[in-house]
Amino acid sequence: MMAAGYKRPESLQKRITGYCPGCMHGQVNKLIAELLDEFGLREKTIGVLPIGCGTLSMMNFNFDLVIATHGRAPAVATGVKRSAPDRFVFTYQGDGDLAAIGLSEIMHCANRGENVTVIFVNNSIYGMTGGQLAPTTLVGQKSTTTVQGRNPKEVGYPMKMCELISQLQAPRYVVRRALDSVPNVIQAKQALKKAFQNQLDGKGFSFVELLSNCPTNWGLSQSESLEWMRANTMKYFPIGDFRNEEAAL
Amino acid sequence: MEKLFMKGNEAIAEAAVRAGCRFFAGYPITPQNEIPEYLSRRLPEVGGAFVQAESEISAINMVYGSAATGTLAMTSSSGPGISLKSEGISSLAGAQLPAVIVNVMRDGPGTGAIQAAQADYLQATRASGHGGFRMIVFAPASVQEAVDLTVKAFECAARDSNPSLVLLDGCIGAMMEPVILPPLKKTERLRYAGAGAKCLNPSGKDVMVVTSTLVRPDFQEVLNKQAAEMYDRWGREDVMAEEYQMEDAEYVVAAYGTSARTAKTAIRELRNEGVRVGLIRPITLYPFPSGAFARLDPHKVKFIMNTEMSIPAQMIDDVRLAVSNRIRVETCCCSGGIMMTNEDVSEALKNLLSQCKEGVE
Ligand SMILES: Cc1ncc(C[n+]2csc(CCOP(=O)(O)OP(=O)(O)O)c2C)c(N)n1
Repeated sequence: MMAAGYKRPESLQKRITGYCPGCMHGQVNKLIAELLDEFGLREKTIGVLPIGCGTLSMMNFNFDLVIATHGRAPAVATGVKRSAPDRFVFTYQGDGDLAAIGLSEIMHCANRGENVTVIFVNNSIYGMTGGQLAPTTLVGQKSTTTVQGRNPKEVGYPMKMCELISQLQAPRYVVRRALDSVPNVIQAKQALKKAFQNQLDGKGFSFVELLSNCPTNWGLSQSESLEWMRANTMKYFPIGDFRNEEAAL
Repeated sequence: MEKLFMKGNEAIAEAAVRAGCRFFAGYPITPQNEIPEYLSRRLPEVGGAFVQAESEISAINMVYGSAATGTLAMTSSSGPGISLKSEGISSLAGAQLPAVIVNVMRDGPGTGAIQAAQADYLQATRASGHGGFRMIVFAPASVQEAVDLTVKAFECAARDSNPSLVLLDGCIGAMMEPVILPPLKKTERLRYAGAGAKCLNPSGKDVMVVTSTLVRPDFQEVLNKQAAEMYDRWGREDVMAEEYQMEDAEYVVAAYGTSARTAKTAIRELRNEGVRVGLIRPITLYPFPSGAFARLDPHKVKFIMNTEMSIPAQMIDDVRLAVSNRIRVETCCCSGGIMMTNEDVSEALKNLLSQCKEGVE
């Protein structure tokens, strides 16, 4: 037997990512690229990227990409998939993109049960624009527009997207995972794999939320930010399966 | 060839299918609902897809996604919805994607009045979104012309990898007239679109990146210069206008769409009374047929009466620019839903005529 050496996935370009040190976006890019290679999907894939730090993945992925305007990736993916059903289509979205400006697009894409995969990278903040309040910022968490911390009396509570989407009937797979540790990253990859397989089987809409960090805008080192995730983010946003088609049917 | 009796909106929808349109997304709004309704039935028959979107914003972004796969796609709406689409239209232009947008105009601003109007001339020709892009804007004045220009809009969009706009007032959308439809074009998905983005593809490899997100200002400048050259070319090659009774005209009506039809009736009546009046009807509103106005002889033409279903007049800016103060430009306007009659137009013309005779400036 040959020893399986680790190789850079073909679905990733040979380039250092533009992500800040310690940011988990690069990790998500890698998981997606590894899976596309494993499925042999690189040449069939159209990735729909958001506006946000996810846009920078345009420089990392080595397959066809369509960059949407802020929040509209699920609508763009709908147009792509309806016109090219033979292609494998996923969106990659941050929490400002998906849960604020694009709330309508994600809910209706899910409700139509579009046969696409949505990858939701929830870092509880607007990363790209420099750390403003996001719909997912935790109560008490500081942002540049809530310097005293999120006050629910003024801006309400963080929005739980898996819980919201799993209220709809059409979605087939709605799960939340975290990127805080190696075992959880492996779990995240398995969830993505399942979501990809669903699309290949024509099963419809799959949604994978990945809890992530933002060392730069949280003002923490990488290890501190992962600790903070475990102590805060993962308490409010429980990891789990909210809709799993086998379980649901 | 078979002649059919069709409603403007439905004729546009069928013309789109025959021109190769295989994707439509839209959101209901008066007075264009027959377009999505028709296409919801028709597109699946030809292997196309129809989606009723949750908003105009979503609809234009679905069109963006479809266009990215090399599909000819269309959306339609009226003023309030076109405003919502403007971010998406700008993105289509930025990413160099072809698509056709149909605006069946009602009156505005705001939600306005739903009756037919020509309220969106400035939006259509100046800024259907941010960033300083342009679109070819076609303005039909009959159901047959709506069919022909819809086909042309698709041809130009595909040729230029740029959105194009069909701008009609609610009258043309709602009226029924005999039409001859073009044959059904054979469609094939030619390529992945987004030519500009491809040449700037960061990987430089075999993958396609469709984007209006250009991280480098020098890339943006390359694309802006290419676009500027394209707009210049349109001005040389794509301008369309109709000149009616212009050979000996001393008085000129400038009007497009339904206003031009009303004006023609008035002109025929006045011609019977011996008044030398003619019509210049822009068919492309952008590029504007400035030449037709610039050629007018100020010693012969006493005035131009810009006639529009909009208060205040909007096309008048382009007419004035074209004649650069050499000829007096007046207006005859009505607001949304209040149809201009041929009597209104001839009365306005006669008033101006009598002023000319009295030497009133
Ligand atoms: C219409 C529009 N509004 C605002 C912006 C500015 N903008 C760019 S990225 C961004 C926030 C991104 O935050 P998020 O979606 O949470 O992703 P992250 O960067 O944290 O990964 C905003 C508001 C924009 N580009 N377009």
